Amino acid sequence: MTMEFIRPTTTRRTRRLFALAAVAASVALVASGCASGDSAGTGSGGEGDLSITFIPKQLNNPYTDVVLGGGKDGATAAGFTGIEVVGPLEASASSQVSFINAETQAGTSVIVIAANDPDAVGPALEEARAAGAKIVAFDSDTNPKYRDVFISQVVAKDVALIQVKLIAEQIGGSGEIAILSATANATNQNEWIKFIEEELASNPDYADITLVAKVYGDDDDTKSFQEAQGLMQAYPDLKGIISPTTVGIAATARYLSTSNYKGQVALTGLGLPNEMRPFVKDGTVTAFALWDPAQLGYVAAFAGKALADGTITGAEGDKFTAGDLGEREIGADGLVIVGPPTTFTADNIDNYDF
Amino acid sequence: MSNPPTELLPTATNRSGARTAVLPQAGGRIGLARILLSRDTVMIYALVVFVIFAALFIPRFASPVSTGFLLLDVIPALLIALPMTLVIITGEIDLSVASIAGLTSALMGVLWSAGLDIGPVLIISLLAGVLAGAFNGLLVAVLGLPSLAVTIGTLALFRGLALVVIGDNAVANFPPELTSFFTSKIGGTGIPTVMIGVAVVAVFFGVLLHFTPFGRGLFALGYSKEAATFVGIKVMRAKFWLYVASGSVSALAGIYWTLRYSSARSDNASGLELTVIAAVLLGGVSIFGGKGSIPGAIAGVLLIGTINFTLRLNRISDVVLIIVTGTLLIASVVAPSIIEGISKWRHTRRHRRQLPQASALGETRATASGVQERK
Repeated sequence: MTMEFIRPTTTRRTRRLFALAAVAASVALVASGCASGDSAGTGSGGEGDLSITFIPKQLNNPYTDVVLGGGKDGATAAGFTGIEVVGPLEASASSQVSFINAETQAGTSVIVIAANDPDAVGPALEEARAAGAKIVAFDSDTNPKYRDVFISQVVAKDVALIQVKLIAEQIGGSGEIAILSATANATNQNEWIKFIEEELASNPDYADITLVAKVYGDDDDTKSFQEAQGLMQAYPDLKGIISPTTVGIAATARYLSTSNYKGQVALTGLGLPNEMRPFVKDGTVTAFALWDPAQLGYVAAFAGKALADGTITGAEGDKFTAGDLGEREIGADGLVIVGPPTTFTADNIDNYDF
Repeated sequence: MSNPPTELLPTATNRSGARTAVLPQAGGRIGLARILLSRDTVMIYALVVFVIFAALFIPRFASPVSTGFLLLDVIPALLIALPMTLVIITGEIDLSVASIAGLTSALMGVLWSAGLDIGPVLIISLLAGVLAGAFNGLLVAVLGLPSLAVTIGTLALFRGLALVVIGDNAVANFPPELTSFFTSKIGGTGIPTVMIGVAVVAVFFGVLLHFTPFGRGLFALGYSKEAATFVGIKVMRAKFWLYVASGSVSALAGIYWTLRYSSARSDNASGLELTVIAAVLLGGVSIFGGKGSIPGAIAGVLLIGTINFTLRLNRISDVVLIIVTGTLLIASVVAPSIIEGISKWRHTRRHRRQLPQASALGETRATASGVQERK
């Protein structure tokens, strides 16, 4: 500190030069990181080859990982040479835009996106299309004008019907049933419940089944558990429960398996095989349903390939082959349905890992 | 780059002022060296070096498309960084900026879907930002509460209000002419048209901070509130208006965000406050107040934005990005201390060697430096 005043110019300047050198060094460090990452990435975007990039709602989500796993398998099978997955860490509305922009610049042939917001990604997708990219929406749709096709898991009505069918089989076609749903205003669940109620009312096969209660576990494990418990106390004659949500069915199964209602009250709905496996093995649950998320990614990759090849344009009635899953037809508004939900029982549950 | 007009004033507000007085014969050269080698200027060099590096070695980076996408991405952070620089220079902080932007966005959505014309919608949304800023200003400047606590509170409060206003809905049907204007570019340069507006705001804050008595007062305020009060700076008023400015510019950023993504939602711009503060600190603004410049802060925002952009262009995960940003930030804070430590050690060594002749001189200077080095 004292010397600073004796030779201020030199010391000050040396210090500044040190600072400059330090910053330059750190920048170089970052830069070399980019460069090495780049050399790893260039192989994928070769000229003339088809490249596909998946942009999920967010990275590191277990469900998404299964979808993307299927997507990568599909993309490899469909013959894409460059396969990438990029995405934000947070599923916020506008976080996907800069990723779409980067893909536009990279000249990616097909962008497969699960939109966090149907409109926020619009302008960026339009720019990507203007640059020649084909847009496939999957899992969660964008505004239809911004994409070529939308790959949807299942038809809402099929989801409802399979659950009614399963519960009817399990309770022997007559008796009281209840529904344990997610939140009271969950869009998906309410649509399914509406179809379930319609089916119970209109189909003569189900004339002896009465829906006595609809309760909401808010997709919270503890609340769902308590609601299941409450149902048993309130309706002693209850024969079965439908829980059209993965959280609800797992919590209800846990309650039933530890109570004396195990095996007496039937439970079905939509569940994840990995979560439900113990309850299927111990006899609490005989059968439940869900789509296979991996198939969603798989079909999306093949749809992207067909669009990039020019086999399809996304018009209603266009057909393409989705590898092992066979042919798919494009419906109104560019909608493609992956397939009917899968039913999981003690016989097949070990074939699934998600 | 930092406040050149104050350079020759031997006041407490300017740490090299004292030195200029001590060694007047070398004044000019020191001034130039100071500008060319100051912390914020170094950030500008780093930015330039990185951009040149990226243009040379990163495929697809060197194109007008990059300029466009990059600038469109950084505009909200760039805007908010301007008043944030002033706020941090006074030794305060404003963590509620991103929430104000979110609230503005939510309000815009609700008013627009209620059928108001776009003009009134924009004006009311901007006013909401002004009011939000004034509320912060009232608590911090007038009531004298600590800004960290106040703005953590309003960070939650304004985001909560945004949720109350618009719920979990999104409004997207803004006039297409307006939304496409917000993503339009100036000719073939790739520079977004909105950048003109951003430049005007930047020049306003730059001039305000570096070329007006008010701005110089802010540096003084950051060094010592008491001293600033004694030399006649209206501390309360200055701080109040800074928070109003911060709120207003955050509202502008919220309006930009809404129209650029054509989506009004309550979660818009969430987390932006940390990006802004990180960039501003990286740009050489001292978190303890009293030091910093607008060009430095702008360089900080652009540097983080460019690194961000090149990483995404190479499809490197955002996980790496946050690690890089964090490391750069810590490095930028720690490096000066380490360098100071090293130079001190070298001084002591040299001082010991030259002990007989240097001691008398050294001691008298030390008293002066004790005053002058207080940061």
